[in-house]
Amino acid sequence: MKKALLSVRDLRVEFSTRRGTLVAVDGVSFDIMPGEVLGVVGESGAGKSLTGSAIIGLIEPPGRIGAGEIRLTGERIDHLPPERMRRIRGRRIGMVFQDPLTSLNPLYRIGDQLVETIVTHTNKSRAAARTHALALLTEVGIPAPEARIDNYPHQFSGGMRQRVVLALALAANPELIIADEPTTALDVSVQAQIIALLKRLCRDHGTAVMLITHDMGVIAETADRVAVMYAGRIVEIGAVRDVVRSPLHPYTIGLMGSIPKPDVDTPRLTQIPGMMPRLTAIPTGCAFHPRCPRAFAPCAIERPDQKTHGRAEVACWLFQPTRAAAEARG
Amino acid sequence: MLTFVVRRVLQALLVMLVVALIAFTLFRFVGDPINQMVGLDTSIAERAQLREMLGLNDPVVVQFVRFVWHALQLDFGISYQFKQPVVALIGERFPATIELAFVSALLALLVGIPMGVYTALHRGSWLSTVFLTVSLVGISLPVFLTGILLIFLFAVTLGLLPSFGRGEVVRIGFWTTGLLTASGLRAIILPAVTLGLFQLTLIMRLVRSEMLEVLRTDYIKFARARGLSERAVNFGHALKNTLVPVITIVGLQLGSVIAFAIITETVFQWPGMGLLFLIAVQNADIPVMATYLLLVAAIFVAINLIVDLLYAVIDPRIRVEARAA
Amino acid sequence: MTDVNPELPRVLLTRRPGRLAAFLDHDLVYSLLHSRVTLVAAAVTLTIVVAAAFAPWIAPYDPFDLRQLNLLDSHLPPAWAAEGDRRFLLGTDDQGRDVLSAILYGAQISLSVGLLSVVLAAVVGIFLGLIAGYAGGALDSIIMRAADVQLTFPAILIALLIDGTIRALSGEGRNEETAFWVLVLSIGLSSWVQYARTVRGSTLVEKNKDYVLAARLIGLDQTSILFRHVLPNVIGPVLVIATINLGLAIILEATLSFLGVGLPPTEPSLGTLISIGNKFLFAGEWWIAIFPGVTLAGLVLAVNLLGDWMRDALNPKLR
Repeated sequence: MKKALLSVRDLRVEFSTRRGTLVAVDGVSFDIMPGEVLGVVGESGAGKSLTGSAIIGLIEPPGRIGAGEIRLTGERIDHLPPERMRRIRGRRIGMVFQDPLTSLNPLYRIGDQLVETIVTHTNKSRAAARTHALALLTEVGIPAPEARIDNYPHQFSGGMRQRVVLALALAANPELIIADEPTTALDVSVQAQIIALLKRLCRDHGTAVMLITHDMGVIAETADRVAVMYAGRIVEIGAVRDVVRSPLHPYTIGLMGSIPKPDVDTPRLTQIPGMMPRLTAIPTGCAFHPRCPRAFAPCAIERPDQKTHGRAEVACWLFQPTRAAAEARG
Repeated sequence: MLTFVVRRVLQALLVMLVVALIAFTLFRFVGDPINQMVGLDTSIAERAQLREMLGLNDPVVVQFVRFVWHALQLDFGISYQFKQPVVALIGERFPATIELAFVSALLALLVGIPMGVYTALHRGSWLSTVFLTVSLVGISLPVFLTGILLIFLFAVTLGLLPSFGRGEVVRIGFWTTGLLTASGLRAIILPAVTLGLFQLTLIMRLVRSEMLEVLRTDYIKFARARGLSERAVNFGHALKNTLVPVITIVGLQLGSVIAFAIITETVFQWPGMGLLFLIAVQNADIPVMATYLLLVAAIFVAINLIVDLLYAVIDPRIRVEARAA
Repeated sequence: MTDVNPELPRVLLTRRPGRLAAFLDHDLVYSLLHSRVTLVAAAVTLTIVVAAAFAPWIAPYDPFDLRQLNLLDSHLPPAWAAEGDRRFLLGTDDQGRDVLSAILYGAQISLSVGLLSVVLAAVVGIFLGLIAGYAGGALDSIIMRAADVQLTFPAILIALLIDGTIRALSGEGRNEETAFWVLVLSIGLSSWVQYARTVRGSTLVEKNKDYVLAARLIGLDQTSILFRHVLPNVIGPVLVIATINLGLAIILEATLSFLGVGLPPTEPSLGTLISIGNKFLFAGEWWIAIFPGVTLAGLVLAVNLLGDWMRDALNPKLR
């Protein structure tokens, strides 16, 4: 069995506010294998971005990692001293954000930003770093890189900027890239190109990807496995094909049903009634139970853990014996 | 780029024209120039004659044009109080004010910027709290009160520094400077600190708030995500982005420093233009008032223009816009 | 026998504390009560304001009643000093006026000028801002150009100019009684611009919103639309500007009075008192200038702290 590149166990991200402690990510567990693409999908506010930020150690106060473990090739990285964590960032874990315009410092040429990143993580001289930067730009598909390396970010179009951002993230050849909604801020026509580019780059470099998005289509195209998040918890995690074709958790079923499929004639799209609960009002037991069409007695009382079911993991009482049932069995 | 410069220069000239109009209105219509110039025993006939001679019966537009023409030749008439050409009066006191403004601004920048950066980077530390408290006091103390307190402490109680005047000055061409003599240097300390304190406060708060904003941006987050060192992130990226808007605002502040010099000069009896202007206000000496207004407007407008152009040079986004314009 | 609803007392009991708790829990009130610095600032401001408002009743003497003054009482140091007199807690000035009473009356004048000028600036600024934003076109351009020109100059210069002009216009026999209103006018007119700009910005934003279009479709006339719909949205930012401006207005008035172009010694504000006291600093009679100075600084500091708190509390980004 291959060893996991990234291993997250019972991760808990909380915020201390004057109204008490709010839990935004509540006991999330998953693995990412080397070179695999894990999609993390869910509505806005489900805790996907925070999970990504927690892994790379960029949670800002008053948020903090309240509990759990994050291991990178076996070593714990969740409470490292700042200097050691800094060396992991960029070099072993990279991150890409949603809006390429605001991700780049507008006052610096992109060549300088690339060279700076390369020099920070390698022993290359500035000249060698510049050559490397040119190669990176070619790799991400920027035409005429020698001409454009001394341009400023605002001189690039949105799609080109995101390519530059990808080049920056890959500059030190990290083992894992966390991509937080990398295509949401782009035109639809450009989205496909960027996704294809991301796929290719990661395949060529053997980089694993944690692809955070609310767009199920992107996941279906790109990911190997997918984790579905709801209200700060993972409700289902499995191979993309399985989750899309035969979803298990009622939320996932609703999610898949709400996606229009051009080749299937659906009279009506499924709509999940209600809204995802706010952090201050998370229901007891299973967070989804107020909206779940198949909720029954234990759902409001006890929270189901992620348990393996076939090839996937589901957090739902429909797929695991409740304590009451287990006790009844004796 | 050229169109951008030309456009800004034209805007500046427009503002100057409006100010000239206001100055002219003051000159001509506030109070009666004739009554101010002659004694009580001048006959009405003589006054009428004088009025004709000075062209005060010509159409207003003609008078305005004449006014502007004279202004361009630096002829601003005669002071009501001192009976001397205004331009000579102001010219003599100009260097004193400029030196004071310059030294105080320098002081404020050299101390204020580091303080602002420190309080932004070390948000909870006790030193930051001290700095912020000082800044709050600095904003709340009127300039004249600061001056009085400083005089009371250093001049009266401790007897270390002079409480008035400029000390010995050295004349270089048409300029007089107090910076080349020991007594001149000692004399400029208290006034410069007084004038500089509120600037320092403003600069510190500005740098702090700008830097806090910048530190929250995505590109700083991305820089950290790329593993850049704290120094590179804070001083390479954040500081540069902070200073760009700060420089423009500071530049615009320079103008008001010259105005606040009025107060400082009064407290310390510093022989500058500000003190002259105040005396003019107290005595309704319109020519001096109006000329001071014009001069200060010219300085402000020039500074604004320079700052705008500087911004275009520093911020590449504006450069491109300017080129496209 | 009438049936008293047994639920009733419970309903009453649970409603009232709810309201009070909700009020105390509101963001603004919460942050006020939980920041010690702001609480102290609010207390100081309240004390000074109340003391100033009730000055005629609580001041031990009327410092402007010439009959009460005795030159033999002049130049007395504070009560706790060697030559002090128990009757004059903070000492007396060169005319024999009680410094404490002078400060109380002076604070009243300083506050009045400050508040009135802020109100004037706000009214003028809001008015012009609404017009500029709503009418647009040439009117907007003119108002904004005027604002730009005025903004190039610091408030003190403009206030001095207006003051000097009025002085020149009214000739030699300038009435000292009008000094108060001339000050309010010059300070007020020197600070309308920020209000106008902010209000104009908000108006432009609101103007294009659907509810304004709907109101116009129904046939509501422009003025009522402006006042009933746009104005409420603008109050928040205006309040923030007003709190900053109050401190500045008080400082500006004190400065003008200190320079001799503000309130005269017959109706002194804190600034005038300081300028009077300044003459005696070198002679060692520090109390005549320092006590008014401390009061002034304390007042402005407190006002600024309150302004800071209000800005932070009203700023959605910091919540």
